[in-house]
Amino acid sequence: MAERTLASAETERSRFRVPPRLLASQAFWVTLATLIIIVVMVAISDAFASYKNIFNTTRNFAFIGIMALGQVAVIITGGIDLAVGSVMGLSGIVFGMLMASGHSLWLSAALGLSVALAAGAVNGYLIAYLGLSPFVVTLGMLSVARSLALVVSNNQMVYQFGPDEKLLFALGGGETFGIANPVLILIALTLLFGFMLNFTVWGRHIYAVGGNAQAARLTGLAVDRIKLSAYLLSALTAGIAAILTIGWLGSVTNALGLTYELRVIAASVIGGANLLGGEGTAYGALIGSALLEIIRNSLLLAGVDPYWQGTFIGLFIVLAVLLERIRGKRSA
Amino acid sequence: MPANGLRAMSLLELRRVSKHFGAIEALSGIDLAMGAGEIVGLMGDNGAGKSTLVKIMAGNFPPSDGEIRLEGQKTHFHGPGDARSAGIEVVYQDLALCDNLTAAANVFLAREAKRPFAGVLRLLDNLRMHQRARELFAELKSETRPGDLVRRMSGGQRQAVAIARTRLAKARIILMDEPTAAISVRQVAEVLDLLRRLRDQGIALLLISHRMPDVFAVADRVIVLRRGRKVADKPVARSSPEEVTGLITGAIEAA
Repeated sequence: MAERTLASAETERSRFRVPPRLLASQAFWVTLATLIIIVVMVAISDAFASYKNIFNTTRNFAFIGIMALGQVAVIITGGIDLAVGSVMGLSGIVFGMLMASGHSLWLSAALGLSVALAAGAVNGYLIAYLGLSPFVVTLGMLSVARSLALVVSNNQMVYQFGPDEKLLFALGGGETFGIANPVLILIALTLLFGFMLNFTVWGRHIYAVGGNAQAARLTGLAVDRIKLSAYLLSALTAGIAAILTIGWLGSVTNALGLTYELRVIAASVIGGANLLGGEGTAYGALIGSALLEIIRNSLLLAGVDPYWQGTFIGLFIVLAVLLERIRGKRSA
Repeated sequence: MPANGLRAMSLLELRRVSKHFGAIEALSGIDLAMGAGEIVGLMGDNGAGKSTLVKIMAGNFPPSDGEIRLEGQKTHFHGPGDARSAGIEVVYQDLALCDNLTAAANVFLAREAKRPFAGVLRLLDNLRMHQRARELFAELKSETRPGDLVRRMSGGQRQAVAIARTRLAKARIILMDEPTAAISVRQVAEVLDLLRRLRDQGIALLLISHRMPDVFAVADRVIVLRRGRKVADKPVARSSPEEVTGLITGAIEAA
């Protein structure tokens, strides 16, 4: 009898043993932190768990989350894309002005995204083919794209979007099955990026390039092309986020996306993307951006002076990197 | 064993190969032949031209002069891909592995097994890659597990991963750059056993090494380079570490 209890306790224990890979994953710990904050907030605030608050919070991080997916791809290759906020602004201005001048949503979107891709192509070409530092190149693009947004818009605000205006507002500001459309798009893109990173040859190669670019080159991988693809994706996600944000806000100025790069990079890093390259996940981009927004929302609901938000978010960024260091030590 | 250059059917042969970078003469007039099931030790001081020679054989760049023959046929390598498809594989000194990937992913890097998915897509076939990697490690009698991250492996295991990669490609000629330099003494014996196993399977091995005892333990023949010229090419049985040291430093002119 006693033996049987012991044996069943043993199987019980092994059944609930967490796989070591999971414990070593940053995304797991960030998910745990997010859940704890949610539980605490549900206990202390009635407003937190309200449908309206959940709807708004999830929508608020959707834009950052979408851009973080592209950013994670870049960070996996060992690079960084500081230009995403400005590219979002430039692409958004071009898109908005095209719509305002009477073009259809699809044509304007195609051209707006093309502008984003062009910026990404310049970044990728300079970094991958000419070997310039990702930090410097994308810092330059941050300045150039923001300036071009000013030039193109002539510092005018666009708030009328022609014949397809309703469609645009529905896309960015609407909901489906009670979930904000940008959130659904974030989920779809997260699944797509997760699929590409885990199951395709491109995904395997992008991790290889970030792990050891020299080795990847020696085995015959087209390292330059792989790096370029990451910057293109990052710019593309910035363009997608621009369209959705404009649809939600109902207007666009050349300040669209200003300083977003910091939030996007913070979300990626909190989600486990390693700035040294070779590590990062699509789910990490989603959970990282979710955690940032939930912290912001929780502080607000808890009545903390909003001036303190930056301090808390900064602490979490540093904590995330610290956590990564601790994990790294244990697994080494 | 016939004198070099006269071997009836060398797997790989270099004839009068030279390489200069601008005014710098990295290699001049190198003759070299390698047969199946032979381990050739390549020795020389830093800057003697060893890595230039390896890079020419691996197709990283063409010789300035001279020719490369594969099984008697004159060949041009336009890139590492050409050399690889001719059955030449290089195991680099730093092993060229991605620490963040598994052993199996490294073995199959740039040669991933794929399976069709939804008609049009071709996805990674991780199961098949794991199984094949496990077989390769078993053949090499290595304890390496396909699913382990390279980051957590010992020097010997890393070497096994790098060698398994060449086995996957069914390489006939393997160029090994300092395979025993970065590992502990205890693992050196393990790696030397790996080399002997490769030779027994009929592979031609070029062993570039600074470690005299290793060359004399496994190589059949030793070639010494000094300042871009070949100063010796003889069976190890007819040479000695003292002679080779003299040749490397220049104390002995040629042998």
